Amino acid sequence: MGGYRTRTYRIQRTLAVALLAVLWTRAAAAGDDALARLHAAGELRWGADAQGGAPYVFQDPMDPTHVIGFEVELADAVARGLGVRARPVPGQWESLLELLARGDFDVALNGIEVAPEKERVCRLTHPYYAASERLTVRSGDAAAPSSLDEVRGRPIGTLPGSLAERILSRSGAVVRTYEGGQNEIYADLALGRTDAVLLDWPITRYYAEIDPRLRVVDGSFGEVRYAIATRREDEALTTALNDVLDRLARDGTLRRIYERWGLWNSETAALLGDPAPASGQVAEAFAAWRAAVGALPPLSVRLREWYPRSQALFARAALMTLALALTAMAVAVSLGAVLALARVYGPRPVSWAATGYIEFMRGTPLLVQLVMLYFGLPELGITLDPFVAGALALGLNYAAAEAENYRAGLESVQAGQLEAAWCLRLSTAQALRWVIGPQAVRVAIPPVTNDFIALLKDSSLVSLVTLTELTKTYVTLANATRDHLGLGLVVAAWYLLIGLPFARLARWAELRLGRHLRPA
Amino acid sequence: MLRVVGLEHAFARAAGPTFRDVSFSAEPGALITISGASGAGKTTLLRCLAGLEPFRRGSVDVGDVRVDADGDAGAHLRLRGHVGLVFQTLELFPHLTALENCILAPMRVRGTARAEAEIAARGLLATLGLADKGAAYPAHLSGGQRQRVAIARALAMAPRVLLYDEPTSALDPSLRGDVLDALQRVRATGVAQVVVTHDATFASTAVERRFLLAGGTLRVLVDAER
Repeated sequence: MGGYRTRTYRIQRTLAVALLAVLWTRAAAAGDDALARLHAAGELRWGADAQGGAPYVFQDPMDPTHVIGFEVELADAVARGLGVRARPVPGQWESLLELLARGDFDVALNGIEVAPEKERVCRLTHPYYAASERLTVRSGDAAAPSSLDEVRGRPIGTLPGSLAERILSRSGAVVRTYEGGQNEIYADLALGRTDAVLLDWPITRYYAEIDPRLRVVDGSFGEVRYAIATRREDEALTTALNDVLDRLARDGTLRRIYERWGLWNSETAALLGDPAPASGQVAEAFAAWRAAVGALPPLSVRLREWYPRSQALFARAALMTLALALTAMAVAVSLGAVLALARVYGPRPVSWAATGYIEFMRGTPLLVQLVMLYFGLPELGITLDPFVAGALALGLNYAAAEAENYRAGLESVQAGQLEAAWCLRLSTAQALRWVIGPQAVRVAIPPVTNDFIALLKDSSLVSLVTLTELTKTYVTLANATRDHLGLGLVVAAWYLLIGLPFARLARWAELRLGRHLRPA
Repeated sequence: MLRVVGLEHAFARAAGPTFRDVSFSAEPGALITISGASGAGKTTLLRCLAGLEPFRRGSVDVGDVRVDADGDAGAHLRLRGHVGLVFQTLELFPHLTALENCILAPMRVRGTARAEAEIAARGLLATLGLADKGAAYPAHLSGGQRQRVAIARALAMAPRVLLYDEPTSALDPSLRGDVLDALQRVRATGVAQVVVTHDATFASTAVERRFLLAGGTLRVLVDAER
């Protein structure tokens, strides 16, 4: 009579204890003196977005398990200069400075532009690179704009929050920004969705110059400079970084890196005060890029060579997705039960509180809740580990949905069942445990398992808080290799692989538990 | 065993009382029927006796529990569980077998060990002619069998009084005899039974004492004692 319920209860309890243990042991440290901490840890954590694209920080198209880029080499050189190792920490490009403020990493090094507004939220080192803003248009497009006067009222693509965006807004263009990465910006230009793209020269070099469908307009439309960002209170660290950068400029390390990547230009030469002529070093990294992304290999080659190599990445990401979904579901199922009981059987104020919680969680977007949890709580002094924040946000949100499923289950059980239990001297609590609960659970199982599948898909949102799960892996890889369709099917297969067993388990549970309720 | 004196009930927004000044008593082994038209208040009367409905005036004695209305809104709650009630819809627990339906309360309320409870339950089911149906789920039983499981379940808690709400209404008329038979078997154990029914035929074949609930009052129709 109830053997399965005891087992389920025990599993839920174990998961609850595990979750509590995770919460206790994984609290992030608040900001100390960064330089001292860095030396003690022996590593420099630097934040960048691998999805950002070439040539900054990106996945090698020939071997996606490796992240390469001129900033990767720059970070390594800077770390060496400080006497430590460099450790890259992934973070969404739009939130890099917020993540820096949170303490997720020591510095942000990912094409952070030198701009007065930035001084308010972070501290910047001396600039390490300078380049012009270049305008790209479609080849053979006679109506293409060729100067800033001609962009007024026309759709022009660029990256959000950049100098290029500000220049375009001032000139009256209809600015189209892209959260994804460099790839989509130029793809849309080639497809005709925008009339031009204004971006920093390195991006233009790597995406537009290699594409025969596009033409780069002569002339500079502005100058941008990149610097390393540190937290406002980390003065000592910034001074140390500046010393290292000066040394790397003087001994030619920076120049060698930029030349390898085909990025050495007159603006940077002027910035670093290096008047020597080009050394003639081959831009091997740039050449490798050109070769890798020239044209997409046929599907058969991709199936044989590319996809097998990237499965390790997907497998790791799939484990993250699964771990998140399971932890979040454990929270949702337990909290949901409490909320449903409070709402249906609790005294009025308790019932109202439960209803209020449910309405709030179901009426506001999950993304907003996640951002509040991850970026907002530190304002109150509570800093959560990314996994904890992600699982908690998903769990708290879905608890509301589960509560409604349970409520439907509870209300589906006739009132007479409770009265019959009373007449047998069972208390209301006992009736809930032995009579109403088991019947309600059977009704609730199909919607609850459906919610698990939905939660599995919603877990993709946590890429916002630096967790690398399936969707983030797909987007980054697709950007690096420009293979969106093929890889899309691969990641879809992974999601199905994870989700289908649960769907089958649900069907089995439904059949097994419902057997007794159907007439012979 | 069961003494009802001056019972009065009214629904919250009703114009007048459902019934007034209802008085009767039942000794061990008594079998009483209360008939009346639909809507006369028979089910409400049973629910008051079972502690499921509050009553305005009067008192109910069951064994050593006495409840006086007295304007106390929660008084009826003390009556719960002292009389058994076989609902019109039976309200068997569909996710449990017949045997499990009967042992749930003794195990959880009285703390009886499972083995002991099962032996007692099997005995009750056998008394009611369901010896081999213990492992069946309610959905797999006929209407008549289900009703007997409901009776066994109520008897498992050893009540001194057992109430029945329209026991023949959901059954084929030819089964009246079976229901009567079940009632006689229960009577033999010394339990007082009060049966509410609008089935005149059944009421007339049943018993030594018959009441009629009509116009808000309880009248004696037949009293074999007199």
